[in-house]
Amino acid sequence: MRALSQREQADAFLKQMEEFSETMKKSVGIPAIVDPRTGVTMWYDQRELKLRYILSIERVKRFFEALSEGRILATRCKATGKIMFPPQVDCPDAPGSEVEWVEMPVDGELLTWTVINVKPYTFSHYDDYIVGIARMANGVNVLAWVRCRDPSRLKPGMKVRLVVVRREPEGYLTYEFEPVEC
Amino acid sequence: MRMGRRVAIVGTGHSRFGVRLDVSIAELAYESIKEAFDEAGIGLDDVDLVVVGNAGGWSSEPLPAIVVNEYSGLSGKATLRVEAACSTGSAAIKVARDAIASGDAEVALVVGVEKMNESPTPTVVEFIGRAGNYFWEFENFGLTFPGYYALYATAYMFNYGATEEDFCQVAVKNHYYASMNPKAQFQRRITVEDCMKSRYVAWPIKLYDSSPITDGSAAVILASEDVAGKITDSPVWIEAIGASSDTSNLSRRQHFLGLDAARRAALQAYKKAGLDPEGVVKQLDLAEVHDCFTIAEVMAYEDLGFARRGEGVKLVREGQTYIGGLIPVNLSGGLKAKGHPIGATGVSMAVEIARQLWGRVERGRQAPVKVGRGLAHNVGGTGHYAYVTLYSLSKPRG
Repeated sequence: MRALSQREQADAFLKQMEEFSETMKKSVGIPAIVDPRTGVTMWYDQRELKLRYILSIERVKRFFEALSEGRILATRCKATGKIMFPPQVDCPDAPGSEVEWVEMPVDGELLTWTVINVKPYTFSHYDDYIVGIARMANGVNVLAWVRCRDPSRLKPGMKVRLVVVRREPEGYLTYEFEPVEC
Repeated sequence: MRMGRRVAIVGTGHSRFGVRLDVSIAELAYESIKEAFDEAGIGLDDVDLVVVGNAGGWSSEPLPAIVVNEYSGLSGKATLRVEAACSTGSAAIKVARDAIASGDAEVALVVGVEKMNESPTPTVVEFIGRAGNYFWEFENFGLTFPGYYALYATAYMFNYGATEEDFCQVAVKNHYYASMNPKAQFQRRITVEDCMKSRYVAWPIKLYDSSPITDGSAAVILASEDVAGKITDSPVWIEAIGASSDTSNLSRRQHFLGLDAARRAALQAYKKAGLDPEGVVKQLDLAEVHDCFTIAEVMAYEDLGFARRGEGVKLVREGQTYIGGLIPVNLSGGLKAKGHPIGATGVSMAVEIARQLWGRVERGRQAPVKVGRGLAHNVGGTGHYAYVTLYSLSKPRG
């Protein structure tokens, strides 16, 4: 039998608590759950909040348009020349100065990385993933997933390529690092 | 810069840390509040400001200050809730200290409280993982709190030749001291082998390198120099606070070998107290540092100037941060083994240092008090916020 994903384990745990509280509502009239370890009584919340934000991307829309062209953009402050990634449309170093959109280089070198073994709930449907930070050829750092089957082969300074990918199963465009040899 | 009036701790309280399914957030906070009032020997009427440190999200009450105050008979007081991620407690102390120093308040209660176990673990992992830059670094890449620190651990290991065993030594020390602290979440000593055998949560960080999910509270009562002497014969003075911050996106940091915010906060605190950053260990009896992960304690040694860059791991190998070494660190058990109830941690550090300086902690984990000064290093997020606070038995210079 296939091992349960972290998502399935988390959902099973909650379902178990919910079922217990339903039984308790029928017998004692309140959604009580009893901690098996300590025996203390708790209240199983009857109000569930689904949390999903709606975020503004209007002013950095260009970044997302470019992803569909296979390009990854940053902004550059016209007054100071500073390249900003993630892109932002204001230059705090030169207030009032405009920014222009510039393309990020494809080539970079890995600075550091980790493998996320224990995942947040909303990432718990993925297999373990590698998150790395690379210094790109223009000196600007980028953080992204590193596509590599064997993380033990990663080394600081390893050459990586920054590429646009479609993230599944959600099916939206984002970016990842592809090590040149891995 | 004018310093304002001097401010001291005149009472302390500390709940048992752990999985506290037996208490609500208000009941948990009150455990510390009651103890702090008893210790100071003052009444509720004597306090004119209540600062509540709580990060929240995982717990149900969105207005924890109001709920805690009502339960504790403090409704009507000037109050606010403070958030600075894992350094919330130190930020809360700073807010109360500043109010008293400015003359706006005479006596303030600071209570840090966190009830993390009101949510299941994957939700808590989610909330802490979002503590950085949500849209650019979490939404697509799903970092976790150990994941952020693992980015530092990897860089540190490759750059300085530190090993996973070295980091485990920090966990061994902190469990050792926690085993003598009845308020600590973990009462069991561990070995390097136990730690090495534990599973990875974010390679190279393992479960035993990590602080747990903790419920807990801690409280201090702060008073102005004008009234502190009337409340107690042995006030513990807040000698200096250094505070700094860093970028929300980790990619915007220039290196991953230490926390620049912590370094800046330390230098600021040393300067304000007139301490020489070079020989600072000689001017301290003990330090409580932010060991949310074992790598964080090693970086703290360097960011605080206890060791040179890349040599923090040497202190670990030589056991220099046990009692009798260069400087005792985390005699409470630290976040690692005492537990890390986010908003309470900085206040817990203050309580621990005050009780250490008073010579009042359990046998086996009491630091020898020679200079009468302790340091609290409290980091929020992954070096997003940093507070370094110096506590002293001697009244600071004006």
